[in-house]
Amino acid sequence: MVKVADVVDKLNARIVCGKCDLDRRVQYGFASDLMSDVLTIDTENLLLITGMNNLQTIRTSEMLDISYILFVRDKKATDEMKELACEHGIALLECGFSMFRACSELAELGLKPVY
Amino acid sequence: MEFSFEIEGGNFSKAGSASSEVKKILKQLNVDPKIIKRTVVSLYEAEVNVVAHAFKGKMNVEIIPDKVSVAIKDKGPGIPDIEKAMQEGFSTATSKVREMGFGAGMGLSNIKKNSDQLNISSKVNEGTIVEIVNYLK
Repeated sequence: MVKVADVVDKLNARIVCGKCDLDRRVQYGFASDLMSDVLTIDTENLLLITGMNNLQTIRTSEMLDISYILFVRDKKATDEMKELACEHGIALLECGFSMFRACSELAELGLKPVY
Repeated sequence: MEFSFEIEGGNFSKAGSASSEVKKILKQLNVDPKIIKRTVVSLYEAEVNVVAHAFKGKMNVEIIPDKVSVAIKDKGPGIPDIEKAMQEGFSTATSKVREMGFGAGMGLSNIKKNSDQLNISSKVNEGTIVEIVNYLK
């Protein structure tokens, strides 16, 4: 289990939306820009790592009860995305790392792969 | 209990709003979260299909104590070969749909995976009806 505070610290990430409880822990990570792939995942306590910054990323996370989304490659969440995410209690994080680097840092922290 | 939601073809900013409403209702009814997740994932996939391929559609939801039955009806191009469309990887999605993170040819098979019963009927140049039943117990 990895503390959200450690994710923020390790990736020099910014929390851009949501009442983010930094003491909460996430267990698994799944990285994809393809929402069709994300929708096949049935794992609790998941951090979604993606460079796909549109409303459907938020909708997909809402359907799957994903509470944390990390945007990589310096992708910025729009105001509309932030509004929808807040409405559904989803915290949005942004970082400037590539997806590969973000994933390798997160694996080092102890975040587990889904498969 | 019956509900009906309109789905606008081509409007990705609204895609998912009907499924989101169904999720709220199922949560209010204290349905098992795992069943809610399965149900809304299949509804969301079907809703995105309407947005991606059809001109307009409707999601009709019926909830009775032991099951939720949903019919997603659209007016659109229809599916010429449903068996082929069910194959993972088969897709006719446009580049715009792919840019949104969909169109990988996984939607229908994921609907099947997340539904207790699935029936798809379609007429070319008229539209498609996707019927999903999930048991609540």
